[in-house]
Amino acid sequence: MTVEIQAIGIDIGSTSTKLVGTNSAGEMIWQILEKTEPRIEEQVRRLLDQAWEMNDRLKDIPVIATGYGRKLAHQATRAITEITCHARGVYQELKHGGTLVDIGGQDSKVIRISPQGKVFDFVMNDKCAAGTGRFLENTANRLNVSLDDMGAIGMETSVEATISSTCTVFAESEIISLLANGVILPEILRGLHRSLIKRIVAMVHSVGFEAPLMLSGGVVQNPLIASMLGDELDTEVVLPRHPQLMGALGAALMALETS
Amino acid sequence: MTNDIFAPPLKTISHSSMMMAMHFLKGRRPEKLGKVAWVTSGAPVELLRTLDFYTFYPENHGAVCGSSHQSVSISIEAENLGYSRDLCSYARTDIGSILSGKTPLRTIPPPDLLVACTNICQTVLHWYRVLAHRFNVPLVLIDTPFIYDEAADHAVAYVQKQIEEAVKVIETVAGQSLDMKRFREVTSLSRKASQLWMQILDLCQQRPAPISAVDQFIAMAPIVSLRGEAKTVDIYGKMLEEVEERVVQGIGALRNERKRLLWDNLPIWYALRYLADFLGTRGIVLAASTYTSAWGKLANMFNPDNPFESAARTYMHPILNRSTGDKMKTMMKMVNDFHLDGVILHSDRSCKPYSIGQMDQRDRFINEHGIPALLLEADHNDSRSFSEEQTSNRLEAFCEMLGV
Repeated sequence: MTVEIQAIGIDIGSTSTKLVGTNSAGEMIWQILEKTEPRIEEQVRRLLDQAWEMNDRLKDIPVIATGYGRKLAHQATRAITEITCHARGVYQELKHGGTLVDIGGQDSKVIRISPQGKVFDFVMNDKCAAGTGRFLENTANRLNVSLDDMGAIGMETSVEATISSTCTVFAESEIISLLANGVILPEILRGLHRSLIKRIVAMVHSVGFEAPLMLSGGVVQNPLIASMLGDELDTEVVLPRHPQLMGALGAALMALETS
Repeated sequence: MTNDIFAPPLKTISHSSMMMAMHFLKGRRPEKLGKVAWVTSGAPVELLRTLDFYTFYPENHGAVCGSSHQSVSISIEAENLGYSRDLCSYARTDIGSILSGKTPLRTIPPPDLLVACTNICQTVLHWYRVLAHRFNVPLVLIDTPFIYDEAADHAVAYVQKQIEEAVKVIETVAGQSLDMKRFREVTSLSRKASQLWMQILDLCQQRPAPISAVDQFIAMAPIVSLRGEAKTVDIYGKMLEEVEERVVQGIGALRNERKRLLWDNLPIWYALRYLADFLGTRGIVLAASTYTSAWGKLANMFNPDNPFESAARTYMHPILNRSTGDKMKTMMKMVNDFHLDGVILHSDRSCKPYSIGQMDQRDRFINEHGIPALLLEADHNDSRSFSEEQTSNRLEAFCEMLGV
């Protein structure tokens, strides 16, 4: 299979780093996903070495990097933003436009993709942690719940605590009060998700929602996010097969176009 | 590297900067200045010019502090005394400078008179009251009713009356009477300089644009601060010739112009070079800006035959004193006239009147006109409200959207 790899995309996110290799038809035929390490340059070198060890020929194929650490992938021929790469990857997978939501660890993005697969408009929230994955992560730590379990626990109930604070830090204080008042964990977690989703929905409206709603990124592993987003926007949520790899796939596809 | 990207700087822009430097240098010796007036950027300065005031523009000084990366440390001086960070960063820079004596100009001349006009914002009303209290000098306040559609005759009459009534205060401070003949001449000089400035900006409708909005941000200082002086007409006359020459020779601000954008709102003074480089290396020129054109668009309203009425009318009409719908129309016209590929709306934390409505304006550009538009959150003078990394990320994604 390795001989078929014609292009590689690297997506260096704040939480995880992804590598995708595509064949000449743009199909994803190779992938790596691991946690982003503090020494990004070394990690990228190691991962690419891994690819190159499979086949020497791979040293000559084009590589494009994306994600917040993209400029540290010196082996890449070009760095392209996540906005463009996610849109490209998702369009390749789903073959239609719509509104793509990507809730990352460090920022959140809503991208409106045209029927032809081009970025029509986008908004980013990177000023305030309250609209990003960090909002959940921060609270997960505080409540001693694993990030992976948060959604599932929140789904155990249909009752929601109201988290009204607009700030991650103050939301934490609010949660402490709720716990002190005997509110159970699933209700708090459900309320917490609602608070995050309401912010994302505001972003969706600001680009002008165009169905279908699509989700990418690691947050898709949390079932409550997709379900709440669908409820809030009264729409079905469409997921690509490998939501976490969409940025890397988009990068690989663009690398393929340059080859 | 930049020489491969940018055309050589205009000689006349250097001359205009030199002119400003000389003006500030003169301000270091208050004993030789005569009477000093501190004025807002949209105040009817022609009266002051007629009565030989040395004019000092705190906003212009703020921009100097911002460009020289000193505005934050100066603002902190004001914040430490309780001035909120939510206040305009020009106001904080000015007040901080007065309180601490910090200024890149070494010294600034204290005012004998203050003239504020509310046509740019309501902040100036309170800001200049602080100045009046601090310096214990008269404050002339010109209140300009907001224009939603057309300026009503009674509103023009109301502003005219205020300007006429201000004459007595200004004459008293000046120690001389207003010479109407001279007032007409000064009004005529303001008209000429503003017309020349507009002609310079309009030449950017050419492809490639001979100068960028970044060049204009530097070149605009005299039209803001030295309006009504003969030397200002002179410098813009020469600048027009130089820019025309560029057009004839087909020289652009960028050697390889690929895309053309509109800039809305004040510049980000401390990041001007960053922005120029970021866009320039990608072949993107800011061919027009609502901010720089604000000092040219009203040129023909100046009427030397009727200087009071025309001052009232002119100073009621800045873009910030008109409706957001009017601003949208102005911007769309610029997009068409200047053949622009997109719009950057600087959402300026400090300048609320300029930033309000930008979210809707962005939506309308995109959804009604199919023009790509980006909202860029920053502050014109407070770098603490600006993140280069996040700005770069947004700009980069926007550039990719434009296909560069």
